[in-house]
Amino acid sequence: MTAPPPASPRERQADRSAARRNRWLTGPAVTIVALFGIVPLLIVLVYSFLAPAPYGGVQWKFSTDAYLNFLFQRDIFSDALQFSPAFLLIYLRSFVFAVITTLICLALGFPTAYFMATRPPEQRNWWVLLITIPFWSNLLVRTLAIMFIIRDEGLINMALMGLGLIDKPITMLYTNFAIVLGLFYSFLPFMVLPLYSSLEKLDFRLVEAAHDLYATRRQVLWRIVIPMSAPGIVAGCLLVFIPALGAYVTPLILGGGTHLMIGDLIAQQFGSGRNWPLGSAQALILMAAVLVALWVYVRNAAKGGKHG
Amino acid sequence: MPEQPSGSAIAIREVSKVFGSGSDAVTALAQVDIDIRANEFFTLLGPSGCGKTTLLRLIAGFDYPTTGEIRLYGDDIAQLPPYRRPINTVFQNYALFPHMTVAQNIGFGLEMLGRPRAEIAARIDEMLRLVRMEELKNRRTSQISGGQQQRVALARALAPQPKVLLLDEPLSALDYKLRKEMQLELKRLQHETGITFIFVTHDQEEALTMSDRIAVMSKGRVLQIGTAHDIYDKPAERFVANFIGETNLLDAEVTGVDAATATVRVKGTTLQAGLPEGFRPTGKATVVIRPEHAELEAGGADRGTLGGLGGVITNVVFFGTDTHYYIALDGGGEFMVRRQNSRGAAGFASGDRVGLRIDPGAARVLRD
Repeated sequence: MTAPPPASPRERQADRSAARRNRWLTGPAVTIVALFGIVPLLIVLVYSFLAPAPYGGVQWKFSTDAYLNFLFQRDIFSDALQFSPAFLLIYLRSFVFAVITTLICLALGFPTAYFMATRPPEQRNWWVLLITIPFWSNLLVRTLAIMFIIRDEGLINMALMGLGLIDKPITMLYTNFAIVLGLFYSFLPFMVLPLYSSLEKLDFRLVEAAHDLYATRRQVLWRIVIPMSAPGIVAGCLLVFIPALGAYVTPLILGGGTHLMIGDLIAQQFGSGRNWPLGSAQALILMAAVLVALWVYVRNAAKGGKHG
Repeated sequence: MPEQPSGSAIAIREVSKVFGSGSDAVTALAQVDIDIRANEFFTLLGPSGCGKTTLLRLIAGFDYPTTGEIRLYGDDIAQLPPYRRPINTVFQNYALFPHMTVAQNIGFGLEMLGRPRAEIAARIDEMLRLVRMEELKNRRTSQISGGQQQRVALARALAPQPKVLLLDEPLSALDYKLRKEMQLELKRLQHETGITFIFVTHDQEEALTMSDRIAVMSKGRVLQIGTAHDIYDKPAERFVANFIGETNLLDAEVTGVDAATATVRVKGTTLQAGLPEGFRPTGKATVVIRPEHAELEAGGADRGTLGGLGGVITNVVFFGTDTHYYIALDGGGEFMVRRQNSRGAAGFASGDRVGLRIDPGAARVLRD
């Protein structure tokens, strides 16, 4: 092998101008990320260290009260800090709901995606289209539709009573069940689509090879199909878990405001709570928690999934 | 149908496979009958689309025959799923599990059979020794070369000690030298393990060098089954003669038939030609003569002593160990003669007039 000849000055100049051109091309993307991603985040960060103004907004006075208020309450008389788990419990509940939603989405999304990926190629795009149909209508409208289906005088209760299976309506609306149902319904496509794209790439000759080596259908699923579609499972779970954790509209409508989740809590601080710094701090704590969870998750996935 | 001999490992009985239905139906296999003996290296040979891979998939259990029986040591297995058949496959693309190490791949079958850990570990080591891959035990399958992947695929399929091993063109992805090496390796493995091998290939040379017996297939049918010698020396049909080795086909007139030979006239010359079993030709027929079964004689004027065939050399191609002479026959047609290159032998050149002497017993009538 001969070493490549040293670049002539002209070539080097060409390289530099290409690099400059590339910088120009990435300009719009960088601007958008900075303008709509980083700047707002910085504003939230700054606000979280300020004091609330009486009628919303902030006073330009440094304060860590917002973060203290997250875990503690100031006694009205003695000004002493008392531990108050109220916010923490809401975070915990949101976390549990998000986990349950993710698991249900995975349990139902996986067979769906597998079914789609095993259709003849010319049929598959139609199935993808069907999966995306819910996106064509507004989330609010879809959530309200669920409300009409599951409320006491809704479709399900009327049908069950009409059939004489129950005497009085089963309360479903404004329960935890309603929230999880709504979250599951909203986020299912985010689980199905990455799973599908992962399963579609699966080499089904490996399935045949496993069958040939005495693996039953169940063993093929656990030993071949699931490990091989791990990237899709990871992507789907993240795409469902993160938005489910911060969901706002669905818990508000289907939970009736009685079962607060993080999204509602943060919105409250900017609305009726008139405590923008507290809302900002809560938002940042949520983000930090998600980032830490992500970091741990991706690190483990990378360790276990190097073969992928 | 006579009862199969007790030595048959696999008996394929009147197996047909039709894909699709109605007007789209495609017959991939039509009434195939094959007996494969225990401990045999059996090859299914044919061009792509001849049905050899379909037949292999039926034996493995990835597809089910439309009609007919597949018996494994007497038991009909045609309807069993692949994981219930003591038959393993080496796939054309190897189909190694990319998320497992070499050792995990090899142990997979035994693990699925629920064998104890210690037994699996011992067997993995034994298999690695057998295919000479000990040092790569803990590698990922993506980190090893094509030839090594081939060995892992073999070890993986042999580890559960199947009664029959199926090999679906396993050498086609390897380069020439490695392929030659693996051919010998496969023969050695078959010898050492004593397992019945069913090998699918479109490469006639590979089939001839490796197989105990060969079934030549075309268009979903088995045309001829026999040893490499039988198939090469006594092809029964034009397709077999053409597909295997190089061939001279000549139009002939049958003038007489006795027990195993026919008297035929080819371009005014009378030859004795062998007959396929149970075939009694009349009238026009095709005669096959292999290129190494004819000798060139200078001159070629005296037709009486030279078997009468003669012509002019049009092309001479040197192949190292031998030379091919292409001859335009008097009265039309081409004939190719292969001569071994030995020192001192007189050479012939393009444009020389030559006579052809056909070895006695070399000509054979084809069933067509």
